[in-house]
Amino acid sequence: MSLLTINHLKTYFDIKAGTVKAVDDVSLSLDYGESLGLVGESGCGKTTTALSINNLLPAEGRIVSGEILLEGRNLANLSESEIKKVRWNEVSMIFQGAMNAMNPVMRIGDQIAEAIILHKKVSQKEAMNQVKSLFELVELEPSRVRNYPHEFSGGMKQRAMIAMALACDPKLVIGDEPTTALDVMVQAQILNLLDKLRKELNMGIILITHDLSILGETCDKIAVMYAGKIVETGSVEDIYDNHFHPYTYKLLTAFPNIHKERVMPEAIEGTPPDLVHPPSGCRFHPRCPYAKAICQETEPAMTEANPGHSYACHFGGVYHG
Amino acid sequence: MDNKEKIVSVKDLRVTFEIKQSFLQDLFSKKQKIVKAVDRVSLDIHRGEIVSLVGESGSGKTTLGKAILNLVPTASGEILFNGTPINFKHKKEVQAFRQKAQMIFQDPYQSLDPKSLILDAVAEPLEVNHLVKTAEERRERTIKALEDSGLAPGANYLYRYPYELSGGQRQRVAIAGSVILDPDFIVADEPVSMLDVSVRSGILKLLLELKESRQLSFLFITHDLSLAWLISDRIAIMYLGKIVEIGSADAITKSSVHPYTQALLSIMPIPEVHRNRERNVLQGEIPDPTEVPKGCRFNTRCEHAFQRCFEEEPGYTTISSDHQVACHLATEVKHD
Repeated sequence: MSLLTINHLKTYFDIKAGTVKAVDDVSLSLDYGESLGLVGESGCGKTTTALSINNLLPAEGRIVSGEILLEGRNLANLSESEIKKVRWNEVSMIFQGAMNAMNPVMRIGDQIAEAIILHKKVSQKEAMNQVKSLFELVELEPSRVRNYPHEFSGGMKQRAMIAMALACDPKLVIGDEPTTALDVMVQAQILNLLDKLRKELNMGIILITHDLSILGETCDKIAVMYAGKIVETGSVEDIYDNHFHPYTYKLLTAFPNIHKERVMPEAIEGTPPDLVHPPSGCRFHPRCPYAKAICQETEPAMTEANPGHSYACHFGGVYHG
Repeated sequence: MDNKEKIVSVKDLRVTFEIKQSFLQDLFSKKQKIVKAVDRVSLDIHRGEIVSLVGESGSGKTTLGKAILNLVPTASGEILFNGTPINFKHKKEVQAFRQKAQMIFQDPYQSLDPKSLILDAVAEPLEVNHLVKTAEERRERTIKALEDSGLAPGANYLYRYPYELSGGQRQRVAIAGSVILDPDFIVADEPVSMLDVSVRSGILKLLLELKESRQLSFLFITHDLSLAWLISDRIAIMYLGKIVEIGSADAITKSSVHPYTQALLSIMPIPEVHRNRERNVLQGEIPDPTEVPKGCRFNTRCEHAFQRCFEEEPGYTTISSDHQVACHLATEVKHD
């Protein structure tokens, strides 16, 4: 049994202008010790997918249909009190901008201990001991549990956030742009740390990012999202070296490669579509340089390129020729 | 490069900040802590050249940029702009300098007044400097600046508010505001790091176009070496207040000598499968700038550090006419 299986998930938001189909028929799976990169531009639904897993959606949001199976149990059906037991104990999150996620007037150790006491019902002393061993796990000096957030650098705060995410031995950790606000060197340190922890603790990791180039280092699988749908999914090798969807291709060529010829990467023309009234047919067709008449009319189905690698495009791999 | 006209010339510049201490700390005469944000930096920027300043947070790159624009007081050293020192005495001279040297900020969501029309935001420098007489002239120059910044037709943007624009468009508005006075030099502080990858290259291309069409010079400040490499003629690598290596974009990315530059290069994310790539992820973080390590300031994180690095601060070694490095290893590399 895999750790996490999402089947045909639809998460919509009801706003004044209508219904935003933020996540529209998304399926993916993740095994123990595996890491999945969920990548796409701002507003493609990657964060909403993650928030649906432990139902942290804002009031306007709702899971319309689909299953979220964590070790076979459907999280989408759980009541608020039941999902509360899943949050942090089984699925935890690391948020973007660690600097803003902490209470500035509370010692860092106490903040993490608070989370432990709340979930595990242990004594203050025992909780603090656990915080110290968590600090060692994330390569922070255990003596620094008495520090306040302002005494930590950005990278150290992000490590503390990871320690907090690991406090209740979760099976699945979701990192929402965990390194976006950090320097490149600190980013590399944090990604290495997450990779090490995943292997040591055999937990699943979902990394949400708009930066496709950081995933080659740390992920086993990648799912590329566009306008609420997964347009291509496969192993890191499939996505980087053998992609079939024009959007994947466009995203990859948007990054400079410092070890190759100096060419200005091509911008992806246009902007992501309005998800209240998404484009007909293939949602990428208004921005796709290879679009033909059929792309406007018919939505492409997921096609398997090889086992574990599928894409949704009428003309998969068109740009190769 | 020496035959080219120098727009900016920084010589042996130091910028320091005193850390405020409590009365009690003063009373018990604790040593005054001083941050050397910029520590004896020399740098020339020529007409029509883009020089990038690359470094981690706390390396002093933004402080150096601000010092060149006369926005922070300097401790010692000299900054020449078009050959004239910028420590002006008269308000008029400062005003003239500000017209010729501009800045673009990181966050176009914060640098534009949300309640100000695009027309008013872009035209503000014209009014501050009393450069337009009629509303018609003001409108025309604003349209021209917007169109030069890639927002065409400019007339369509005049009566809109920032919230109606995307991040990339806002940054173009900010750029229009900084080029409207026809400056010689612009400091661009992380101008694309808040933007989605898909719109970054559009902004970078715009800066390159402005450089070509107006012979503008840029100091491009970034922590991302690959952005610097895309856009620059020369790259300066900064570490803890000092330029540790400077050279052409090719020299820095293809034949760097300083271990810090090499480490930065080895960890640059690239869109490729590279599970087994040799990556030199430096441990720890940039040291406390109030206590700069003795000798070479990189010695706490350098895997090649030997005894000399802990005793003596390295001077600059010239690798080629356009490539200097401050590292004791460089002397050996040169002899190889």
